[in-house]
Amino acid sequence: MKPSLHEWAAALAPAALLAAAAALAALLLAATLAPDERAALAALLAPRATLLLLAAVLLAVAGGVWMRWAWHRFGAAPGRIAELLPVLLAGEPGRELEPRGGAGSRALAAAINTLLHERAAWRADVEARVQEASRLVEQEKSRLAALMAELTQSVVVCNLDGRILLYNGRARLQFRALSPAPAIGGAEYLGIGRSIYAVFDRALVAHALEMVQQRLQRGVPHPSAQFVTATRGGQLLRVQLAPVREHEAGPLAGFVLMLDNITRDFAEESERDRRLHEHTEAGRASLANLQAAVELSDDPALDAPTAARLQAVIRDEVKALGRRIGELAHYTTETQRTRWPLEDMQGADFVAAALRRIEALHRCRTAAAEVDPALWLRLDSFSLIQALVFLAGRVVDEYGVKLVQLRLQRAGERAQLDLAWIGPGVSTETAVAWETEAMHIDGEASALTVRDVVQRHGGAFWFERERVRAEAFFRFLLPLADAAEPLDSGLIARRESRPEFYDFDLFQTREMALELAERSLAELAYTVFDTETTGLEPSAGDEILQIGATRIVAGKLRRHESFEQLVDPQRSIPARTTAIHGISQDMVAGQPTIREVLPAFHAFVQDTVLVAHNAAFDLRFFELKERATGVSFDLPVLDTLLLSQLLHPNQDGHSLEAIAERLGVAVLGRHTALGDAIVTAEVFLKMLPLLQARGIHTLGQALEASRQSALAKLAY
Amino acid sequence: MTKTVLVADAEPNSVIPLECLLRREGWRVLVARDGDEALGTARREHPDLLLLDVLMPRRSGFEVLQTLRADAELAATKVVFLSARCRDTDVAQGLGLGADAFVAKPFSTRELAARVRALLA
Repeated sequence: MKPSLHEWAAALAPAALLAAAAALAALLLAATLAPDERAALAALLAPRATLLLLAAVLLAVAGGVWMRWAWHRFGAAPGRIAELLPVLLAGEPGRELEPRGGAGSRALAAAINTLLHERAAWRADVEARVQEASRLVEQEKSRLAALMAELTQSVVVCNLDGRILLYNGRARLQFRALSPAPAIGGAEYLGIGRSIYAVFDRALVAHALEMVQQRLQRGVPHPSAQFVTATRGGQLLRVQLAPVREHEAGPLAGFVLMLDNITRDFAEESERDRRLHEHTEAGRASLANLQAAVELSDDPALDAPTAARLQAVIRDEVKALGRRIGELAHYTTETQRTRWPLEDMQGADFVAAALRRIEALHRCRTAAAEVDPALWLRLDSFSLIQALVFLAGRVVDEYGVKLVQLRLQRAGERAQLDLAWIGPGVSTETAVAWETEAMHIDGEASALTVRDVVQRHGGAFWFERERVRAEAFFRFLLPLADAAEPLDSGLIARRESRPEFYDFDLFQTREMALELAERSLAELAYTVFDTETTGLEPSAGDEILQIGATRIVAGKLRRHESFEQLVDPQRSIPARTTAIHGISQDMVAGQPTIREVLPAFHAFVQDTVLVAHNAAFDLRFFELKERATGVSFDLPVLDTLLLSQLLHPNQDGHSLEAIAERLGVAVLGRHTALGDAIVTAEVFLKMLPLLQARGIHTLGQALEASRQSALAKLAY
Repeated sequence: MTKTVLVADAEPNSVIPLECLLRREGWRVLVARDGDEALGTARREHPDLLLLDVLMPRRSGFEVLQTLRADAELAATKVVFLSARCRDTDVAQGLGLGADAFVAKPFSTRELAARVRALLA
């Protein structure tokens, strides 16, 4: 350890004091003594000078040593403690100061140690509380997300700027149907942080918000506004808008949209109205002709040819009226069949309900056997239970059966529901009669037959006999809930990662008030993309085969907000490139062309910053399609290749693989456009803190630094 | 002088009883199968009254009425709508355009005859 200035001063102080005292004594003697006295003193001292000097040096050294020891023991302690404190504060809690030095320093160290302990305990407590609070918030969030996912209504939550904070799976399906190019998927509309105004007219939403505001001011307890709008894809949506408030009675923070696609209902209703009018008018006309002809026929003065013509009119119109009524009846039955309200119900629940009802109305015991608990049915439970109760009643009453069983199993794409009993079978004629007569339940006649009920489920019904077990049963084939809506399978697969569907932090997002260039890199929304192509020379006729993109919003990778689309290049794909990206001619056959895909991708990237590895390459392809597609990508672009060059100028490799390895990003699923886009996004996220360490905080700074990067001159 | 009535209706089954009814009343009856034909016959024959259906091929009854009222020579012709298309709005439109009466189908032959007689008097 190097001695400090203070230490030197302490060690040399006795010597200096001694020297000063001696000099002062000499001066005083010299000034006050007469010359002969001085000579006498000199004669007295001269022979003892060495001895005196030695004594003085010894005294000075001893004093110096003691002073130095005292400095270390008393004077240096506060400085030492001050030096150690930051280390202890920054390090792991639980470490403490070693009590050293005099009683005062020891007491000081002990007091500080007490403070350190208290601080550690306090910190641990705060951390525990924060953790508990975060856990509760997370729990609430996932509960909400789970709830939303189960909703059969589409729900989208937006902040006041119209940015989407949350949406559920049903909304995703609905937006897919809204897309003018459903093959591409509707992802261009729906995404965390996207603007809802891509779908709805801003003025329409503003108007609805204003209505809600007015109602809030009037003190209406649960204000909401409704509007119906036609989307660009030609679909009719009924939208209900409800406010989200910062706290009860607080200012508006955003709004919830609940969407219903009423296109089909609307079309069906219009068709029904049209037919009703048509038939009413035609009926009136026929009736008018009939009435006139009949009234005129009464005239006894009528000549024979005219009478014959009037008779012909009567015959004709009666026939026409009959035909029209037949048509109307057929149409009504058809639409009733399609409008039959079918709902999803767990099979086991349905069986239990049916058994309870049978037992309540008939003198027999019931049992459930072989009921598959995993089955979900799509049915009108009321009419189907009526059918089961009716059939069970006939079997019990007419054959004296004591025990009726229900079985429910999957049969291919449908469910098979058996009403079974041990005992006599039913003849074919009887079975048909029961199937086609109006059902009587508990003394009341229903308008329906068993056949109607089956038909309205799009199902089948028959009677069977199992001779070995002496068992007889009626079998229904019924629709399964998931088979009816194949789109839902995608929804279910996505449910595993529900939390990706929302980000409430965006409620706090500052809107574009700051110039884009001045916004912080951490808070921007990015679309990270990649393309697969037929080759490396866009100017020489190479074409895009696939576009893949994913999104980064609020510093998080949103894998589920992805865009992935194969493109028909309308040219052959060289075999050597197929070896790289695995896209063959067969795979692109029937896919949309770049004219359709690029505008959809353009919509997907709106309001975001583009990120790609070697972006110039991909953008060159887009640029060459500008005229054909009518879209240009004039958004800010960050290139991970340039950023890597900027961050690690002394490293050789700047390929995506090399960067990923350097930054510790696992490379999975590469060489699909989406796979590469995800790797690029992860690399980009790792780069953000490194850029920050270099003082690059805003988009403007990042763009400028990229521009300076040496590789920026590389042109395609 | 014998009055002339022009019946414009695309449906032969409607025309036959009307023709019979109007002849029995002693009027001359002309028949047109669509709007264009009705206008042509009206210009040629100057009938005293038109019995018009609303829905006709080529030109609707409303259009025929408008053209008629815009034509100085024919503007005074009486016009009666006789139609199964008789919602409130249709009746209001017909009378608003200047029809003398709107008779909804089905109708009583006696009342129709009385109506036409009154208009021709």
